[in-house]
Amino acid sequence: MAKMNPEDIKIILATDCGSTTTKAILIEKKDGEYRLMVRGEAPTTVEAPFEDVTKGVLNAVGEVEELCGRKLIDEEGRIISPASGNVGTDIYISTSSAGGGLQMMVAGVVRSMTAESAERAALGAGSIVMDVIASNDKRLPHEQIERIRRLRPDMILLSGGIDHGTTTHVVEIAELVAAADPKPRLGSGYKLPIIYAGNIDAAEAVKETLSDKVDLKIVPNLRPVLERENLAPAREEIHNLFMEHVMAQAPGYRTLMKWTDAPIMPTPGAVGLIIKTIADIEGIEVVGVDIGGATTDVFSVFRPGESREGVFNRTVSANLGMSYSISNVFAEATLPMVMRWVPFHMDERDLRNRVKNKMIRPTTIPQSMEELIFEQAIAKEALRLAFIQHKSFATVLKGVQQQRTIADAFEQTSSGASLVNMMTLDILVGSGGVLSHAPKRQQSALMMIDSFVPEGITRLAVDSIFMMPQLGVLATVLPQAATEVFNKDCLIHLGTCVAPVGELKKPGPLMDYKITLPDGKVESGTLQLGDLKLIKLGLGEDGLPLKAKAEFEPVKNIDIGAGKGHKLETEISGGVTGIVLDGRGRPFVLPEDNKMRITKLREWMMAMDIYPAAAFERQ
Amino acid sequence: MGHAYTPGLKVTDKLLVTKNRILPLKGNVIVKKGDKVSPDDVVAQTHLPGKVDPVNIANKLGIPPEDMDEVMLKKKGDSIEVGEILAKTKGFLGLSFLSQSEKSHVSGSVESVSNITGQVLLRGQPIPVEVKAYVTGEVTEVFEKEGVAISTWSSFVQGIFGIGGETHGEIKVVVENNASVLTDKEISDDCKGKVIVGGSMVTADAIKKAAKVGAAGIVVGGFDDKDLRDFLGYDIGVAITGSEEIGVTLVVTEGFGQINMAGTTFELLKSKEGKLACINGATQIRAGVIRPEVIIPFDRDINDKDDVDDFREMGLQTGSPVRVIRHPYFGMLGKVVSLPPELAELESGSRARVLEVEFDDGKKAIVPRANVEMLES
Repeated sequence: MAKMNPEDIKIILATDCGSTTTKAILIEKKDGEYRLMVRGEAPTTVEAPFEDVTKGVLNAVGEVEELCGRKLIDEEGRIISPASGNVGTDIYISTSSAGGGLQMMVAGVVRSMTAESAERAALGAGSIVMDVIASNDKRLPHEQIERIRRLRPDMILLSGGIDHGTTTHVVEIAELVAAADPKPRLGSGYKLPIIYAGNIDAAEAVKETLSDKVDLKIVPNLRPVLERENLAPAREEIHNLFMEHVMAQAPGYRTLMKWTDAPIMPTPGAVGLIIKTIADIEGIEVVGVDIGGATTDVFSVFRPGESREGVFNRTVSANLGMSYSISNVFAEATLPMVMRWVPFHMDERDLRNRVKNKMIRPTTIPQSMEELIFEQAIAKEALRLAFIQHKSFATVLKGVQQQRTIADAFEQTSSGASLVNMMTLDILVGSGGVLSHAPKRQQSALMMIDSFVPEGITRLAVDSIFMMPQLGVLATVLPQAATEVFNKDCLIHLGTCVAPVGELKKPGPLMDYKITLPDGKVESGTLQLGDLKLIKLGLGEDGLPLKAKAEFEPVKNIDIGAGKGHKLETEISGGVTGIVLDGRGRPFVLPEDNKMRITKLREWMMAMDIYPAAAFERQ
Repeated sequence: MGHAYTPGLKVTDKLLVTKNRILPLKGNVIVKKGDKVSPDDVVAQTHLPGKVDPVNIANKLGIPPEDMDEVMLKKKGDSIEVGEILAKTKGFLGLSFLSQSEKSHVSGSVESVSNITGQVLLRGQPIPVEVKAYVTGEVTEVFEKEGVAISTWSSFVQGIFGIGGETHGEIKVVVENNASVLTDKEISDDCKGKVIVGGSMVTADAIKKAAKVGAAGIVVGGFDDKDLRDFLGYDIGVAITGSEEIGVTLVVTEGFGQINMAGTTFELLKSKEGKLACINGATQIRAGVIRPEVIIPFDRDINDKDDVDDFREMGLQTGSPVRVIRHPYFGMLGKVVSLPPELAELESGSRARVLEVEFDDGKKAIVPRANVEMLES
């Protein structure tokens, strides 16, 4: 398709080829703004008997055609471009996670330094990291070789050493890789791609060691000095190789690649990109989560230090999910941790069987209220565990010598401290079936609050129909269109969580609040420790959140964002749920006494109208 | 959109089954097209490269890596035996009794010698790998250097979950009916080498006893997850199984908990008592679904054609027999009474496509279509 002037792009067609479903969306520019028009979907056709991804794409686009009345596919089964009248699209773009997505292995010298930087580069590019090999990962060399040999990744990212540092260790890792002689996952007709992004001085030796056996690409060091990462070149090369090797091997993708006006991106890479784009445009801090059937992805952008420069991180919790991996959530979280969210008693033997039956029949849905409550309890634990993993990975660079003043020494900040700061976080965005399709939006809000435990003032939103992947790739072509659609059509604004932080010696008031709603009505009162209150503040006619003026005056020792005991005046956003005043305490600890726990859970659930009263009447 | 229901598992008295038997690496196929094979016949074999054993000679001998060429007695590609000297220093002032040496711990060959790291990679002897036929049947296709396809007419039962790998044995039904619980009391020494058929559930003690007497496998309706954990010693987090070494292969046909084995499945297995069954517990529920299976081969020309209807392709219809696969009606059997096209609100508050089912006891219920699976009528 011919290159178009961005201003002339009026119609955008975007697809996401997932492992089971291909989703298509049509975006149109009307009255000067881009809006989502329709969405269609069809089963993905990568596997037998079809073995051609384009069939699923055309079926999904066909559904879009039917819904919007615009002809998008010609008689020969190709997407019509550019648009003219009621026919065709100006651009067509796509993401893909079909066929298992992008699976990588990464290697570095020190596990917490170069190997972790390599892992960050691979995850940020949208990959699943199958294993991280490092000189100090406590495995013996022959065990590492055996592991590399058994895994069949799509590609390997090899790093190690800072530029002009020691070369021995990184070459040693290259030798282990060479000895393992790894084979690519898809197809045997090509050599496994390996990206070398380590000490520049070792590049020649690595080339000598590996170039006969693999398809070696050399890019600038991803950790040129200890104090700085340079992940962009490695990520770019991962995307290039994803297109050249992985995508080109999957059935039908060569054709699909010709159709698209921008390179096909791995789905999680695109989700990360839209989150980063939004965070950078608005200058805010964002956490995004996508909880799927098998895995949970967490994305974040935080702005540490005075520069306020955004640092992006993504983690994939490979075995935390709501269907295929549900049993693993149960095993990792343990029964008592899941059951603490359930306001009634359930038999352990029966519960264990229910969880396993969901695992072996992953497409079933909760029919009874009891099943829904139980499933949402498991979701809270899956999200909580995934976020713990994210917090420990999204850190300032490890191994960096820091010059400290006396004042710093008292602050206890250290190399490797987490970047995640819940007090400064602006917005928490949830996505994935259990959050996007919860029968009530309040349920999504409470699931996110209970698992992420936001502090201070935090906006909450969910992705309505999971179109973040398509918007991510659109951001590479037309950022304006991507952000407009993201804010107006993609996000369902739930509201704002207001959670005071700090411990009280005994139960009592946490803060006074005064919220002036747009109609002039004032909601005011005192939030007590253990309270959970919901104040209605919805959406405007344009679908965007209504705003309210808020004054919060915390007691001594309690912080709402302006410091302990300091008053905060700010503007807060509404949404389909409203404003949640969460006085349950930060840190949030459920009552240990079982009777008290159940009483409080019911009280909170009633306050937020989470489940109908009848749901608690069992037992 | 695809069908909004879980397609039922395949249970049929006649099906032409084809199994691809492929080597992990290229090697030799030792049967030819048209050959008749039995489960234990080797159909292809190869050698996996031996294990790699890295030795850092420079560190061991205390020399700089660039001096490796001076100390190595064995060069790249040389074969080695256990105890052979790989490298030796000249010794202080050339005195041999002051020299140091390093011996090989493996038999095989020298894969590489590095002057940068001082590392020597030793490759052990190749490891032989064989692929067996697994089923009785005929070789219908040979994939050069890779393996074969074996076809056989058989009765076929697809399970929902299993543990343990491929095995085979005569079918022995040890319970009265499909509702009976299989306990250790039903298992005796004459179950050795047999594929035992149970009813609604198997206890952990029964599995232990089966492994003890040397039974090949167990096919049963349900299994308790708590027993599974106690038996394996760990919790199965994700459903990828088949490599467990538990001495007996387990194929669960219905699900977790006590659930009657479907009547048709039980009757089919009972009618095949004494016949050879080839079973595999391997299960993978993510992309590229693999379900456990029971294959009961019978003698029939593989070129015979038969119209074998796949009931699952017909989709749900009024009158279709179904099983509910989620609470609150989990495990109950019935027939579809109606299929309302519009979305309906469930008790949980979700809106979903539903169907009305009449259970065997005459009671009716509305159930999401996603929560039923079709059964063969």
